[in-house]
Amino acid sequence: MSRIRVALFATCLVDNFRPQAGFAAARLLEKAGCEVFVPCQTCCGQPAYNGGNEKTAIAIARNVISQFGDYDFVVAPSASCAGMLRHHYPKLFEKDTKWAERAQKLAAKTHELFSFLVNIRGLKTLATRCDRRAVYHDSCSSLREVKCAREARILLSAVEGLDVVDIPEAEICCGFGGLFSVKYPEISTHLADDKIANTNATGADLLIGPDLGCLIHLAGRLSRMGKKMEVRHAAEVLAGMMDEPALGQDRQ
Amino acid sequence: MNNNANGFAQGARAALRDANLQNALANLKKGFQVKRAHAFEMLHDPDGLRDAGAAIRANALAQLPELLELFERNVKSAGGHVHWASDAREARELIAALLKERGVKTVTKGKSMVAEEIELNPHLEAEGITPVETDLGEYIIQLRNEPPSHIVAPAFHLRKEDVEASFREAHVTLEPSRVLKERAALVGEARGILRRQFLAADAGITGANFLIAESGTAVIVTNEGNGDLTRLLPPVHIVVTGIEKVVPNLDDASVLLRLLTRSATGQDITSYVTFASGPRRGNDADGPKEFHIVLIDNGRSDLLGGPAHDVLKCIRCGACLNHCPVYGAVGGHAYGAVYSGPIGAALEPALNGISNTHHLPSASSFCGRCEEVCPVKIPLTGIMRHWRNKAYEDGLTPSGLRWGLKIWGRLALAPRLYRLTAAVGARTMALLARGGMTLSSLPMARGWFGYRDLPIPPRKSFQAQWRAGKR
Repeated sequence: MSRIRVALFATCLVDNFRPQAGFAAARLLEKAGCEVFVPCQTCCGQPAYNGGNEKTAIAIARNVISQFGDYDFVVAPSASCAGMLRHHYPKLFEKDTKWAERAQKLAAKTHELFSFLVNIRGLKTLATRCDRRAVYHDSCSSLREVKCAREARILLSAVEGLDVVDIPEAEICCGFGGLFSVKYPEISTHLADDKIANTNATGADLLIGPDLGCLIHLAGRLSRMGKKMEVRHAAEVLAGMMDEPALGQDRQ
Repeated sequence: MNNNANGFAQGARAALRDANLQNALANLKKGFQVKRAHAFEMLHDPDGLRDAGAAIRANALAQLPELLELFERNVKSAGGHVHWASDAREARELIAALLKERGVKTVTKGKSMVAEEIELNPHLEAEGITPVETDLGEYIIQLRNEPPSHIVAPAFHLRKEDVEASFREAHVTLEPSRVLKERAALVGEARGILRRQFLAADAGITGANFLIAESGTAVIVTNEGNGDLTRLLPPVHIVVTGIEKVVPNLDDASVLLRLLTRSATGQDITSYVTFASGPRRGNDADGPKEFHIVLIDNGRSDLLGGPAHDVLKCIRCGACLNHCPVYGAVGGHAYGAVYSGPIGAALEPALNGISNTHHLPSASSFCGRCEEVCPVKIPLTGIMRHWRNKAYEDGLTPSGLRWGLKIWGRLALAPRLYRLTAAVGARTMALLARGGMTLSSLPMARGWFGYRDLPIPPRKSFQAQWRAGKR
């Protein structure tokens, strides 16, 4: 039987800021019996979609649908970007029947990485080890749009030696919100500081999560405050790929 | 004019530095959020109840003209009067005329956001009529000449020390040496003052939480009983509310009532729920001689059937404010509008035009908690996105952001150019970081670098490394 063909939508942030998370996602997908492809890609179009520029968002969505439409599944190591493809692409083409059908087809086979591994592939064992205490930051999309909080914890519990703790007030936004972080930086930072205080209260020194946007924002704020915290995409921990320095940290 | 929503960014910065306000806002989590969560946990099927509420509101809006006509007929047959106002000016002039024709000097008022929306109090004062707010929170902010900072708890931003100061300044006939440290003492003093006002008022104005078409009834939900004293004691009762508040029947109103009190304050039901149907009848022991309903459109009917249609489902519980991280960070006054928080972001552009309000739908991280708690499942972020599109079309998006989006959009549509630019960007940032792994500034990017460092991107992107064979 031929292996299922999965197109990895790496997301622009992983592509440009954290290739390690992309390789980790690919390794996990292969471990789950998938053949991984990386079609030509830029971004899912969220900045335009949420910035009021729907025309550009539609043009980008068409590109993504054309590049990714022929695979068995599309998987993104991001609840936010997977949510864009799953829930918002069909809305962009509500008045365009031809593209609406293609958008709906793509939406139906697009998944966030952790929910794909658990719910579609039934991945249970990882054979990875990490003797650390890690605090898991649920992104808003992972809680309320794509809903993969449970799946992430199922996978993390399969990592030997890993102690995963939740952040108090985990349901509250960290203040990233894409362009929100630069449009209203004071509010964004205020929320980051609350999140960082709650994170520090757990005593963990490793912060992981499903969405790189939140993580870059929190790592950037932690760095500005001179606070030590290792920040990584959760896929890196799951794949046992923690040899690269954490976000914004020097090679030891 | 109460509208200063274009000053949102400055207002927000000031609010973040206001220590007293920050203390008050911390109570959102401990108070409103916890109480609402508990009230919904006690329900057998909370999500089913929200679905039922959403369906009732959708159904009511689908037959709005018919329901309003039925409501009017039933108010009239009970001996009441219905007045229609197409905008805020018409509404306040109509109300002032009603009061002046009856020689009204003092009018007591129950809490009403629609009265705030039409700026009723300043207009009445200009016409020589004294409005007296009787909801404790509204009374306090009226003394302080402030707008409400929350649609359910208008004085939410104040400490009891602030209230004490306002009372001492306003209640000059009372003994200056009286002790006003405890909440009970403050409430007692307000009660004493307001009791005299209730008895002296020539007319009473209230809002309505719902209108019931089948019986011509206005429903008022309060915890202080002030709505009833406002409504029952003076000879004239005027209800001022929006046209969207009407539902077909008592059963519908009952479902919405269950959702409203749980969502607003976490109560199964409030202390008082009053069903006002017409003036005093022959054998009634009390009640007003005249019963008037002023129904206000003020932009609402324009929303029917359009992209912001669902905002008309709102029952003004305030749950979206209580759970919004942005409202929680800056409070209500920063919005510079009558309606703040997510519902304000969805509704204000409809009432006051996007050019006066474009910050409000923009100032959201789209975290989605508002939609998660909305008792009638309004797609608030979707409506905010609609207003963002309108702001972009109308050229209201700040020029830096607009150009950034334009350039980025071109690149995102041209993968080869995108990769080249990203590679050049990565190299430049690496050079600027001088061997470090984070960057602390870049020109034209204060929005990020004013507050955060940026982990620098690696020289080769994921795609470049993947295509070079790395796994």
